[in-house]
Amino acid sequence: MSLNNEFKPKIVAFCCNWCSYAGADLAGSSRLAYPADVKIIRVPCSCRVNPMFILRAFEKGADGVIMCGCHPGDCHYSTGNYYARRRMTLLFSMLDYLGIERARTRVEWVSAAEGVKFSQTMNEFVEDIRKLGKNVRLEDLRCRN
Amino acid sequence: MQELVNRAKALLADGTVARVLGWKAGEFAYDPEPAFFETEEDLKDFVYDGFCGANLSKYMIEASKLEGKTLVFLKPCDSYSFNQLTKEHRVDREKAYIIGVGCKGKVDVKHIKEAGIKGIESIVGADYPNPAETLEIKTLYGDKTISYKDAMLERCHVCKGKDHVVFDEQIGESADTVDAERFAEVEKIEAMSPEEKFAFFRAELSKCIRCNACRNVCPACSCRKCVFDSTKFDSAQKANTTSFEEKMFHIIRAFHVAGRCTDCGECSRVCPQGIPLHLFNRKFIKDINTFYGDYQAGEDIEAQAPLTDFTFEDREPGQFAERG
Amino acid sequence: MKKIAKSDLSKLFAAIAEGSELYLPVKVAGQTNFAPYTADAEVDVDTLKTVKSAKDIFFPQSENLYTCKTDEEKNISITPEALQNENFVVYGMRGCDAKGMEVLDKVFLSEPVDSFYAARRAHGTVVAAACGEPEETCFCKVFGVDCAEPVADVVTWTVGDTVYWNAYTEKGEALTAKLADLLSDADEKAVEDEKAKIRAIVEKLPYSDLSLDKFGAGKTMELFDSPIWEELYKPCLACGTCTFVCPTCQCYDIKDYNTGKGVQRFRCWDSCMYSDFTMMAHGNNRTSQMQRFRQRFMHKLVYFPDNNDGMYSCVGCGRCLERCPASLNIVKVVKAFQEGAGK
Repeated sequence: MSLNNEFKPKIVAFCCNWCSYAGADLAGSSRLAYPADVKIIRVPCSCRVNPMFILRAFEKGADGVIMCGCHPGDCHYSTGNYYARRRMTLLFSMLDYLGIERARTRVEWVSAAEGVKFSQTMNEFVEDIRKLGKNVRLEDLRCRN
Repeated sequence: MQELVNRAKALLADGTVARVLGWKAGEFAYDPEPAFFETEEDLKDFVYDGFCGANLSKYMIEASKLEGKTLVFLKPCDSYSFNQLTKEHRVDREKAYIIGVGCKGKVDVKHIKEAGIKGIESIVGADYPNPAETLEIKTLYGDKTISYKDAMLERCHVCKGKDHVVFDEQIGESADTVDAERFAEVEKIEAMSPEEKFAFFRAELSKCIRCNACRNVCPACSCRKCVFDSTKFDSAQKANTTSFEEKMFHIIRAFHVAGRCTDCGECSRVCPQGIPLHLFNRKFIKDINTFYGDYQAGEDIEAQAPLTDFTFEDREPGQFAERG
Repeated sequence: MKKIAKSDLSKLFAAIAEGSELYLPVKVAGQTNFAPYTADAEVDVDTLKTVKSAKDIFFPQSENLYTCKTDEEKNISITPEALQNENFVVYGMRGCDAKGMEVLDKVFLSEPVDSFYAARRAHGTVVAAACGEPEETCFCKVFGVDCAEPVADVVTWTVGDTVYWNAYTEKGEALTAKLADLLSDADEKAVEDEKAKIRAIVEKLPYSDLSLDKFGAGKTMELFDSPIWEELYKPCLACGTCTFVCPTCQCYDIKDYNTGKGVQRFRCWDSCMYSDFTMMAHGNNRTSQMQRFRQRFMHKLVYFPDNNDGMYSCVGCGRCLERCPASLNIVKVVKAFQEGAGK
């Protein structure tokens, strides 16, 4: 319900507690800007992200969903992000197969020291989604109003 | 067929098994029903023919909880499902006596009706062990024929093999029925534009009535309580209320069995709306094979399932489009 | 009696759709179900039975009841869903589905009246179609349905390339009057012959003479604890196919959906085959699949007649015979009890 008609995408970012969430923190304390359209949800590990989380986010009105975790090899729980990587690969491939724009979903590995990468990634992602426009292929009409 | 009945009688008589899981004649020529038999007397109703397509492995979950062994007749493809269930500790191998039955392809009345044949009175030619090349069908509206191949289930056209992966004994010969490429349909969709893909699945999934037949028949869907049955879960559960619901249900259903689905094709067989549900499962199978190496669920009971495994060099999720 | 050439049906549909919404059998991705008419819809009036019955139009699989919302000042508003207030036409309903509506009327139009259903019934005109070629799974005769002459506002018969049209009620006459330009007068002869032909086929159907002796009002005590149920339910997979394709299954569940900005209260068909059917705070009345399976058939063949002057809530459409993944169905149940009595 913004006053101008400019499209403001809603982005959900699942960030792992140990790396990416700290990365976001660093971006903040380093005063690196990234759009306020990104809503961060902290998860204990990228592996916690169930495919249903991603679909749910789209259902409730997200235009793009990004998942951030520790770099492969750096997982706090040793191997969580390796499993997450396989899962998301398959899920994204399935979404692509169903004709849902693949650029709406993304995975990025961001460490606690990579505040710059975090802000860059988010800026890029928001820009991509802004170009794609509103998510209509995975929306739930009930949540529109 | 008599051979199967005789073995069943013998195994019941010598106490090897306490019951037999097989088939009973239905109301028509084409709808035999899975059935348990406990005495030799009961076995007079036993039938086995080309219409016995259902995968009996799932019934073994309940049968494993009963006293004594259950004799079960499994087709080669059913044995994969049985193996997978054993691996997941959902059936007890010790509680089953498996007779692997040879398979020359199974037919379904759905395909006969799709060919415009209606008012069926009798069907000749679907006999075990040697089905005829052509089914001869008497109907209220004249005599009709359809080739056995045309009436065959989708899964038989892309059969994954005629060897039983688990059995105690085998009866009967199998014959090759493959005349299509397993991933051809998936590849056809992959080659479409996003708009075409979306339109294709939109049309198919809009038919879904959320009867849950695909889930309930699936040997891999063996959770005691399904997430879609939870009253705490924020979804319509039983109704395909919006286009989102139908997609979510089918993506999650297929995802949950990814790496465990043996591609037995039961989901597509039972769908009352004829949705080609195997296209979801097969997409995951194809991706798993391409990304992580060939894997056939249910083939090897010791193998590590692809989604509970990883390598350091796995591809990144963003790379899936650039497969070679 | 009126008539129209089969090739002109598309004109007829367009004409009906001009004045009111029109629901008719439409084929989507290979399967035929009732759907709203659009100019590019693939209309399929030849398929005998749609997958879902026509009850979907009057009692949709899911419908909103009301919406609760909070505005920016935190005021809560409750908006009830509007009732159907425009006339609409259903074309191509079969005799069994039309009889199914009679069964649903007993449930939804008796006190307390279901206003959503009642509004749709009041505004709907049903154009039924006689079944030119009944199938082996049909056993509507058992329940007193005459598929050669369904009970509806208008009935149509397709004989060769001609569709005959006869109105039976005021609503039907009104619709006929609106379509006067497209319909021409016809004599009864061809329709009488067609009816006789259909009735002769019905006589030959395998379950047209299924006996229901063992069922009906007052048989609860006799049947409830029968050991036959234990034998019958075993192949049942507990899916809801039979209930969702059935023209008379009327159970529904009411649920809330959180839209993130409010709550939508909706109802959707429920199935007695599901584990959460009639779930209450204390748990579930029926804890085993045998009990749930028994409920479905006892409801159709015993409880419903008990409460509705002997009317069965099965109409013999045979959809469950065609669609059950485990080849279970109501005919099997009836026969099992019929035969079991002899043992």
